[in-house]
Amino acid sequence: MAKVTIDGIEIEVEDGTTILQAARKIGGDVVPPAMCFYTSLKGSGGKCRVCLVKVTQGSTRDPRPMPKLVASCITQVQDGMVVENTTNEDVLNARKGIVEMLLINHPLDCPICDQAGECSLQDLSYEHGISGQRFEEERRTFNKVDLGPYIQLHMTRCILCYRCVYTADQITEKRVHGVLGRGDAAEIGTYIENVIDNDFSGNVIDVCPVGALTDKTWRFKNRVWFTKPMDAHRDCPTCSGKVTLWTRGEEVLRVTARKDQYNEVEEFICNTCRFDKKEVKDWTIEGPRHIDRNSVISANHYELPVVNVPIVPNLPTSTKKNLPQE
Amino acid sequence: MGLKILTEHINVPGIETLEVYRKHGGYRSVEKALKTMSPDEVVEEVKTSGLRGRGGAGFPTGMKWSFLAKPEGVPRYLVCNADESEPGTFKDRWFMEKNPHALIEGMITSSYALGANTSYIYIRGELLFVLRILEKAIAEAYAAGLLGKNILGSGYDLDLHVAPGGGAYICGEETALLESLEGKRGNPRNKPPFPAVKGLFACPTVVNNVETISSVPWIVNNGGAEYAKVGIGRSTGTKLISASGNINNPGVYEIELGVPVEEFIYSDEYLGGIWKGKQLKAVVPGGSSVPILPANLILKTAAGEDRLMTYESLADGGFVSGSMMGSGAFIVFDEDQCIVRNTWNYARFYHHESCGQCSPCREGTGWMEKVLHRIEYGHGHQQDIDLLVSVAKQIEGNTICPLGDAAAWPVAAAIRHFRDEFEWHIRHPKEATAPGAVYRGQLDTVTA
Repeated sequence: MAKVTIDGIEIEVEDGTTILQAARKIGGDVVPPAMCFYTSLKGSGGKCRVCLVKVTQGSTRDPRPMPKLVASCITQVQDGMVVENTTNEDVLNARKGIVEMLLINHPLDCPICDQAGECSLQDLSYEHGISGQRFEEERRTFNKVDLGPYIQLHMTRCILCYRCVYTADQITEKRVHGVLGRGDAAEIGTYIENVIDNDFSGNVIDVCPVGALTDKTWRFKNRVWFTKPMDAHRDCPTCSGKVTLWTRGEEVLRVTARKDQYNEVEEFICNTCRFDKKEVKDWTIEGPRHIDRNSVISANHYELPVVNVPIVPNLPTSTKKNLPQE
Repeated sequence: MGLKILTEHINVPGIETLEVYRKHGGYRSVEKALKTMSPDEVVEEVKTSGLRGRGGAGFPTGMKWSFLAKPEGVPRYLVCNADESEPGTFKDRWFMEKNPHALIEGMITSSYALGANTSYIYIRGELLFVLRILEKAIAEAYAAGLLGKNILGSGYDLDLHVAPGGGAYICGEETALLESLEGKRGNPRNKPPFPAVKGLFACPTVVNNVETISSVPWIVNNGGAEYAKVGIGRSTGTKLISASGNINNPGVYEIELGVPVEEFIYSDEYLGGIWKGKQLKAVVPGGSSVPILPANLILKTAAGEDRLMTYESLADGGFVSGSMMGSGAFIVFDEDQCIVRNTWNYARFYHHESCGQCSPCREGTGWMEKVLHRIEYGHGHQQDIDLLVSVAKQIEGNTICPLGDAAAWPVAAAIRHFRDEFEWHIRHPKEATAPGAVYRGQLDTVTA
């Protein structure tokens, strides 16, 4: 076990835990954001650099601070480590800089992007970005590519987190897409516009933190915040069958895996569940899905009935007088 | 001329053949090490010598070797980094081309010291002709029993392979090199774990530069203490310097560390002064990634002392008034060279060579290049200079590998020392973009 202090909060975690995971155990504001790290994907992390933190004390044994900011998603904790995240000015400035870098070539087409409302980059920019725009050159653009009948790749939005590459590597039998090219010309691709065709290919949509990989059965059907997420399950021979249905009225608009508050799926689901079972009768509905993330979806929290809350709670008495009496 | 450790016999005709090389004392270190010394003794000699990595970072080689993890039953590897691609650096190519056996001898002795039974030379893809020279030399060494099973009857086995890269600068970074050698995309790895623990094929690995490895035979032959006598302080031994730019005698020089920079530039023994007797404007002393220094700061340190060709003296003053030894690529600029154009050229290189894995480097290098291009071609704004400084700072230290730093340093340093030249480009775009126009020190008067 190792004792680690993050922003003044002490927690004991198992050896080999990363700083990010330790911070997630504490929860709340001390959790660094993560765009490329994905708990269930081995080897992910370290690429987007938004989770950088300052280690002011390496360990009890070697109390020297680490010279550079470190990526919290891949740095393992050591006993007596002291980490500064939101309490360190350098960290916040570096993060601002990196968010700016992530956005300079991002099209910012949120109004027409299907990911808007559940986009990690959107959340990240709200929390850590700067409001100005210093990049005045032309942005990098790519053509849209259809990766088979279900998935569309819109590379212009991609932040090259490599999550979809690791997903295809680790949960499917054969990976046909990867990163081609290098530098800012690097792109996700299937080389000669191959089709991604296997039972679990749809999961790349779920792991994508932005709107680069989208579900073609859902594109432009609706805005995510108008739909109601429902936990549901079915007896699926291929996967666990535990999903979230995104419904509007009686219509199932979209099926995704269940995602936690860090936007990571609990269990990967198969393509049959995701793309083919689009009717309520296919599913056993468990109840409303609780969306914990700080997202626009949670603005419509309908699962908690509002009971006995005064409509005008704390107005000064002078104003209250003018209101109609009960 | 000082002592020649690496290049003593380099101009002997036929030195690339085993026969001539042996006639001039070649492979003595292999015999000495394998027959009379234990591997640890060789490591100890290298430690005593104070030899530092010649690839750019200057990390003590003996210490790097002693960090190598030695778990039971796991093979260890020595990899020679011959992926020399830093703009301005050409010493390794020249050395391997001329004297391939010197590197092979170093590889055998070093592999023995590290207990590696398979070693690799990872050579830059563009240097295919050097690869052929090396392969021929390796075949000769196999035939003479210097490689393969039971070398010289000592019971030590070593297989040496040469592997060409695909021509990516990033594969000179040690972990990207290992990825590439494993047959993967050359993306740098996250560290830790360091290669000394988990390197090639997840086994403990040492990665060393060509020049570093080629220095080992002399150290084994003459002793580490003898090597440590050459040079000044912690900069021991000799160093190959690739000199280029506006000088009378460009080329590769082997110098004893500690030669004053002024002597190095102006003496006929070395660079022979500035071409056509012009004025010295600036020097990049260690390859394109290290900070550029204006004439006054390269000849004297900020404290007014003579600057010497050593790791410490070139770095004196930190990045405020100093630079780095780097890989020893000494690039000289005369008064007619435009710093803005040169900085743009470097930025363009790093933009092109960024692997695209981590976001600050992928996006930042392109951004800097575009802004510098704009300034150079007369479309800059006054706030662009501060923008460049800020972007460079956003990249520096926040990336997976040092390529981000290497891209940010030259831009930051050029602005630090030549800010008025950038301002001149922005304020007088018409004059600055005229053919052959150069800023000559007066911000608001045009002299070109």
